[in-house]
Amino acid sequence: MFSYTLRRLFGAIPTLFVILTIAFFMIRLAPGGPFDRDHPLPAEVKANIEKTYHLDEPLVMQYGRYLGGILQGDFGPSFKYRDYSVNDLIYQGFPYSLSLGLAGILIAGVVGISSGVFAALRQNSSTDFMVMGLAMTGITIPNFVVAPVLILFFAVTLRWLPAGGTVGGWTSYILPVISLALPPTAYIARLTRGSMIEVLRSNFVRTARAKGMPERVVLLRHALKAGLMPVVSYLGPAIAGIITGSVVIEQIFGIPGIGRYFVQGALNRDYLLVMGIVVFYGSLIIVLNLLVDLVYGFLDPRVRYD
Amino acid sequence: MRLKHGLLLSAAIFAAWAAGAANAETILNRGNAAEPSSLDVQLVSGIPEGNIQQDLYEGLMAYGPDGKAIPGVAASWTVSTDGLDYTFKLRDDAKWSDGSPVTSDDFAFAWRRIVTPKTAADYAYFLDAVKNAEDIRNGKADPATLGVETPDPKTFVVHLRAPAPYFVGMLVHQSTFPIDKALFEKAGDGYSKPNLLISNGAYTLAEAIPQDHITLKKNPYFHDAANVKIDTVRYFPTEDLDSELKRYLAGELDLTYDIASQQIPTMLKDHPKETHIAPYFGTYFYAINLTHEPWKSNVDLRHALSLAIDRDVIVKDITKGQQIPTFTFVPPGTSNFPAWQPDEARMTQAEREAKARELIAKAGYGPDKPLSVEFIYNTNEAHKKVAIAVAAMWKQKLGINTTLKNEEWGTFQADRNNKTFKDVARHGWIGDFDDAANFLDLERGNVGANSTSGYDNPAFDKLMAEATTETDLAKRGVIQQNAEKIMIADQPIIPLYTYTNKHMISPAVHGWIDNLPGFNLTRWLTKD
Repeated sequence: MFSYTLRRLFGAIPTLFVILTIAFFMIRLAPGGPFDRDHPLPAEVKANIEKTYHLDEPLVMQYGRYLGGILQGDFGPSFKYRDYSVNDLIYQGFPYSLSLGLAGILIAGVVGISSGVFAALRQNSSTDFMVMGLAMTGITIPNFVVAPVLILFFAVTLRWLPAGGTVGGWTSYILPVISLALPPTAYIARLTRGSMIEVLRSNFVRTARAKGMPERVVLLRHALKAGLMPVVSYLGPAIAGIITGSVVIEQIFGIPGIGRYFVQGALNRDYLLVMGIVVFYGSLIIVLNLLVDLVYGFLDPRVRYD
Repeated sequence: MRLKHGLLLSAAIFAAWAAGAANAETILNRGNAAEPSSLDVQLVSGIPEGNIQQDLYEGLMAYGPDGKAIPGVAASWTVSTDGLDYTFKLRDDAKWSDGSPVTSDDFAFAWRRIVTPKTAADYAYFLDAVKNAEDIRNGKADPATLGVETPDPKTFVVHLRAPAPYFVGMLVHQSTFPIDKALFEKAGDGYSKPNLLISNGAYTLAEAIPQDHITLKKNPYFHDAANVKIDTVRYFPTEDLDSELKRYLAGELDLTYDIASQQIPTMLKDHPKETHIAPYFGTYFYAINLTHEPWKSNVDLRHALSLAIDRDVIVKDITKGQQIPTFTFVPPGTSNFPAWQPDEARMTQAEREAKARELIAKAGYGPDKPLSVEFIYNTNEAHKKVAIAVAAMWKQKLGINTTLKNEEWGTFQADRNNKTFKDVARHGWIGDFDDAANFLDLERGNVGANSTSGYDNPAFDKLMAEATTETDLAKRGVIQQNAEKIMIADQPIIPLYTYTNKHMISPAVHGWIDNLPGFNLTRWLTKD
């Protein structure tokens, strides 16, 4: 398994390189530049600023310079937030996105899986329909609708929780975490229910029951392990998406995570910030996908790494 | 015995609590639109950045409680008879937040730095009026040759390249603020980091968490510290206006940066005393691309577009923020600029439309040969609503077929600045300091960056050049007014309305005076 992991990690390098190269040249294709202003700057002033950031050099040279930086772990400066390097911005913002995302995915996992199992065991009962109905609602109502409603109710009307920012400490995270967790919770619940229903009818569960095993053991040790396969494959990319920050949630709640840099960076033509986020996000997805594959081996004895 | 101890203890706790309450720091929480692009006072150009820098620093001039310029670090000044040399005497009690005195050297150093090409400042051109500044920023002269002198630590002399009667008014702008030279020599370009930055204004920088908040603490060495009542001010980036309003309503913000147009009627109804709307030093307008036909040589067509827009409907039913309909570019209330109105301002909308139909027919367009216009705006609900209304008016009154095209901000700016938009583009401009040139310069064809529309009228440019050197402010205003008359008659742009400043202000906050420049420094505010 160790050599498998190593092989996968080395195999990721060319993937990252391709992502990086495509992103680098694609973002330059967008019209405009980072130093376009409402009223154009005098040509000399603009030229001067561009020179400071080496934007006057041929694109290939800039690319070389960027690759050189990356090899030393340097993502370069941000053009829009001039006090910070891209490393600073990711380093300062990621903990917020990470804690928000982990809390969200934890809740989504626990609540989603348990309600999925619960519904699967009572297939086609009114409880099942109710849980699945709620899950369907959770999937269809976008969080940019849920979040403002939660704020209006819990922060503006009741004044129990902060409406935004992080000044309120951990209480500031309650509403964003709920808003963030809702869609994946619902999705996981549906996935779990579907696969559990299938697994509960399979031969090995019937065998386990025939052996006279207690229902609890049948469910938790045999059925659930197999039933979680689709959830796990969903979780890999979902975790990556959720911990690198949700643009919508961060914007609505004023959480200083890195989610917004995806969009703002692109809108501001903050080339290196966008690149930094792309590389960071890319690496994270690769690592998480690897983890998912390793978890498969744990859940399904048929999976072998060689 | 036990009871007595208990009483003593409670008394002690109460005393401690009372003392704590008396010393409890007053915190003001301000919504501030966006994360500042920098805390380096010389690198920034936006309004959110300006708000923070105005609290941190004090220039030779400063914004008073009502937004008017008052002497800041300058105690007094004299101007030579030719209007070229300004001698400023600095206040004796002007100090940096480490207690050291603010000297003329700090100003000279800062001014040389902002024009130095290596600094790469947006506003490097802000000091162009100063002798040699333009050559220095273009790399043609040494920064040491900038037209400033420091005969002694409390005297700062500025030599201008030509008389600029608006010069003192410019000195409220953050681009003219001093930098602590001693600090910069130690810390270099990283001098503006929290816990490092030394400032000379009412506040110092305590904390900066990107995208979260920036905390400023009262500067005990500020010369007017005794009258600064708010101990701590926190600036929050609030890009989403609906979220900002909710945070205000939840009591987390004491004042908002703006109010979304769809919320204004509700706020005026539910919180009339807290909703502040007042004219702002900015104009919302449309730019017509004059670099090609049919617009280039057809002034009638440009007039027709302007006349057919019912500005009252736009401000009452669409923007809803009590904006002021306008036919001119320079906002009302601009100092030393005699207000005027073109003829069309005195017509009724029906008369305007009749004239518009006449003009468009004269230009050769009509029902059998309808005019097509492509209109670009940056993706934004508010701009879209106005654009849809205007397109409907053009269609209804003049039979013009308008294609609306929204563009993402970067693309939009590039198209607009390079004049690669087809016909008409949305535009808006907020003045940097109280002078008509702030607006009219945008239409000059012969200086610096291109004009907004590719407008180039030598008669207009000549008057503008004349105004630059006229030292009599009243005469200068008349010249500027004449220039604007020429420009508006040519109609390279279609002014729609004067912006308004819109804020929610908590009833606990006092001392807020709505003002044209839109700067309300925290030092003038108090909070219960």
